[in-house]
Amino acid sequence: MDFSYSEEQQMLQSSVSKFVQQDYDFHRRCKLVSSDTGFSLENWRLFAELGWLMVPFNEQDGGLGGSAVDLMVLMEEFGRGLVVEPFLATAVLSGGLIADSASEAQKRELLGLLMEGQLQLAFAFAESQSRYNLADITTNAKKEGDAYILNGHKAVVLNAEAADKLLVTVRTSGVQYDREGVTLLMVDADSEGVSRQCYRTVDGHRAAEVKFKNVKVPEANRIGVEGTALPAIEKSIDRATLALCAEAVGAMEKIYKKTVEYTKTREQFGVAIGKFQALQHRMVDMFTEYEQARSILLMAVLQWDSNKGAAPKAVSAAKSRIGKAARLIGQEAIQIHGGIGVTEELDVSHFFKRLTTIQYLFGSTDFHTLRFAEH
Amino acid sequence: MNMDFSPEELVFQQDVRQFLREKLPPDIRESTLKEIPLAKENFVRWQKILYEKGWAAVNWPVEYGGTGWTSTQKYIWANECANFGAPDVIPFGLNMVAPVIFTYGSEEQKKRFLPDILQSNVWWCQGYSEPNAGSDLASLKTTAVRDGDAYLVNGTKTWTTLAHYADWIFCLVRTGEPEVKNQAAISFLLIDMKCPGITVSPITTLGEYHEVNEVHFDNVRVPVANRIGEEGQGWTYAKVLLTHERTGIARVAIAKKRLQNLKSVAKETGDSGTNLLDNTIFAQKVAEVEIELLALEFTELRTLAAISTGNAPGAESSILKIKGTEVAQRLDELYVEIAGYYGMPFVKDQFKSDFDGEMVGPGLITSSTPRYINNRKASIYGGSNEIQKNIISKWVLGL
Repeated sequence: MDFSYSEEQQMLQSSVSKFVQQDYDFHRRCKLVSSDTGFSLENWRLFAELGWLMVPFNEQDGGLGGSAVDLMVLMEEFGRGLVVEPFLATAVLSGGLIADSASEAQKRELLGLLMEGQLQLAFAFAESQSRYNLADITTNAKKEGDAYILNGHKAVVLNAEAADKLLVTVRTSGVQYDREGVTLLMVDADSEGVSRQCYRTVDGHRAAEVKFKNVKVPEANRIGVEGTALPAIEKSIDRATLALCAEAVGAMEKIYKKTVEYTKTREQFGVAIGKFQALQHRMVDMFTEYEQARSILLMAVLQWDSNKGAAPKAVSAAKSRIGKAARLIGQEAIQIHGGIGVTEELDVSHFFKRLTTIQYLFGSTDFHTLRFAEH
Repeated sequence: MNMDFSPEELVFQQDVRQFLREKLPPDIRESTLKEIPLAKENFVRWQKILYEKGWAAVNWPVEYGGTGWTSTQKYIWANECANFGAPDVIPFGLNMVAPVIFTYGSEEQKKRFLPDILQSNVWWCQGYSEPNAGSDLASLKTTAVRDGDAYLVNGTKTWTTLAHYADWIFCLVRTGEPEVKNQAAISFLLIDMKCPGITVSPITTLGEYHEVNEVHFDNVRVPVANRIGEEGQGWTYAKVLLTHERTGIARVAIAKKRLQNLKSVAKETGDSGTNLLDNTIFAQKVAEVEIELLALEFTELRTLAAISTGNAPGAESSILKIKGTEVAQRLDELYVEIAGYYGMPFVKDQFKSDFDGEMVGPGLITSSTPRYINNRKASIYGGSNEIQKNIISKWVLGL
C-alpha cells in the first residue's frame, strides 16, 4: 500500500499548481468568465503544449496513460484555481467517450487534434425531462439511407458554445427509458438544423440548450454500435464524475483554509473571531469533512484504476460523500465570512457557487447515495 | 387553550380576502407569487393602496395611523397576504425607524416623518453596520461632532440595503468621547440622503444582485433637531427597535406559501416516469421542513400571544430569526434540487417583465440556484444567527 505520488505525478502536480498560482489569479479568472468566449484559448493552447490534454488518454491513443490518479492530480489543482477552461467537457467527458467507443479511424481523426488543442467538444446527454437518468432519451434519430435524421432538444450542454463537434445521445429504437436503443452520434456543431441557445452558468462556466431539427448525420459519424451506447455513456459520466469530485476536493481545501485564515485576522469584540470556540468547532468540522472527502476520492480513483473503469459503486460513494462535504464546507465558508462572504468581490463566494453546482452535476448527492445502495 | 378564530375574526378574514381580491394589482400579484423582485414603484403603488384602506401600518398604534389590530388579526393578515400574493412591506421605514420615532421622537419629528412613511412618499435605509463593526455593532466608528446647531458626520456605513433608492437614512453614530464605554457614546440620527458629502457606492452580492451599498459620510452637516431623543441614548433606542419588530421576522406565512408551491412544482417534475414527490428521499426532506415549519408557526404564535398579554418580547424571539432563516434557506435548497440540471443556467433577469431574450429552462425553477445563493445572506443579516445564539445563551440561559 502506498499513497504517495509517482515522480511523474509530482511533476504534473507542480506544473498545474504553478500555472494556477501564477497565471490564474482570481481577477484574471473573473475577466475570463465575463469575456466573449468565457475562457482563454491561449490557456487552452498552453494546456496542450504542457501535455495536460493527454492526461486522460491511454498510451495507445497517444496519451499519457489515462490513469484516474493522474486525472485526480490535475483536477484537484484546477479546483484550487476554479479553472473555467473546458477540460472536463472536451477532454474528459467527450474525449473519454471517443477513446472508449470510437473506431480506430475516428480516434485517429479526433484524438490527435483534441490533444493538440485544436478541437473543442461537448457531450449532449441531458434532456429537460431526464434529470439524472442517462437512458431517459427522447431525442431521436431515424435512419435514411446512409445517414441519420436527428430531432430533439438537449439541455444544459456544457461547452456547447465553443464546441466544434457535439456528441449526442439519441434514441434509435425502443421507448423513452429503455437501456437498449441508445446510440451515440457525432454532429458538427455548425450543421444545418442545429441551434444553440448559449448562456453562462451560475458557477461561471458556459452551457447551451441545443436543438436539432432534421439534422442529417452521416452514418460514418456514429460512435460505436447502433443501439448499445449506454454502458459507454455511463462509463464516461462516471469518469467525469470522478474528475469533478477531484475538482471539488481541491476547491474545498482552498476555502476551508481561506476561512481559517480569515478568522485569524478578522477582529470583532476586540479579538480575532477565530478565538471563539463556537466557530473553532465548526471549522474543525469543515476540515474533517475535507479529509473524509479526500479519503473517499482516493478510494474511488484507486478502484477505478484497478477495475479498468468498472467502478460505478465506488464512483457513487465518492460523489455522494463529496457532495455532502461540499455542501457543508461551502455554506460554512460563507456564513463564517459573514457579510463579505456574500459579495461577488470575494473569491470564496465563487468557490461556494462552484461547490453548489458540483453537488448536482452528473447526479445529485441523493441520486448517488441511492445508486450506491442499488449496486 | 384553543386555536379557533372567533366569529369576528372569521369576518375579518373575509374582509381581508375581499380587499386583496379587489385591490391588489394583478401585475404585482403575479411577480410576488413568482418570487420575482419588485421594482420600487410597485412597492410604492401597493403601499398607497393600503394607505387608502387604512391598513398601511399593521404594527403602529392607531393614533399615528396604524391598524391597532390584535395579534390574531395580524396573523390572519400575514397569511392571507402570502397566500394571495401581496408583497411584503419594505421594513426600513414602516417597521424599523417609525417605532423609534413614535416611541422616542419629539412631537415635531413625529409630525414631520410619520405621514410620509405611512404613504411611502419617503424611503428609508438603515445605517448601522460598518466595515469593522458587524456582529460587534457597538464598536462602530462613524463620528458626529457637535458644531453649533448641527453635527458633522464622518465615516462609512455598509451593507446598507436599498440605500440607492432611499431618501433618508437612520444612523447610529458616535457622539461622545472615545474613552466613554462603547454603547454609552452612541446617538441615533436621521439624515437626509441629499445632504452634501454623502456618497453611495454599490456592492454586488452573490448572484449579481445590487441590493446593498456602502454609504460614505464626508463632513455631512446634520441638524441637531434630527437627533432622536437624547445624546448617548442611541444604543438603547436601537435595541428597543430590534426587539420591537418581531412579528413577521420568521416569515412563517411566506414560508408556508413557498412550501405549498414547492410541493406542486415537485409533483409536476418528472423523474423516470414518476414524479419527485414519489421519490422517498426527496419526500422525506420536504416533510422534515414542513414539520419544522409547523413547530415554528406555533413558536411564533406563542410569542405573539405573549406580546398581546403585555409581555414585551424578550431574547427568546431570537429563535424566530434563527429558525425562520433556516427554514427559508432549506426551501431555497430544495428548489435547487428540483431544478436538477436547470439549476445551472444563469440568465440574468429572464423572469423580469421587460426581459426580451429567449427564456431558458422549464420556467421559474431555472432561477432557483441564484436565489439559493443570494439568500445565504439571510442567516447573516439583521444580527447573524451566531449573534442570535449569543443573545439566547446570555439572556435566556444565563450563561
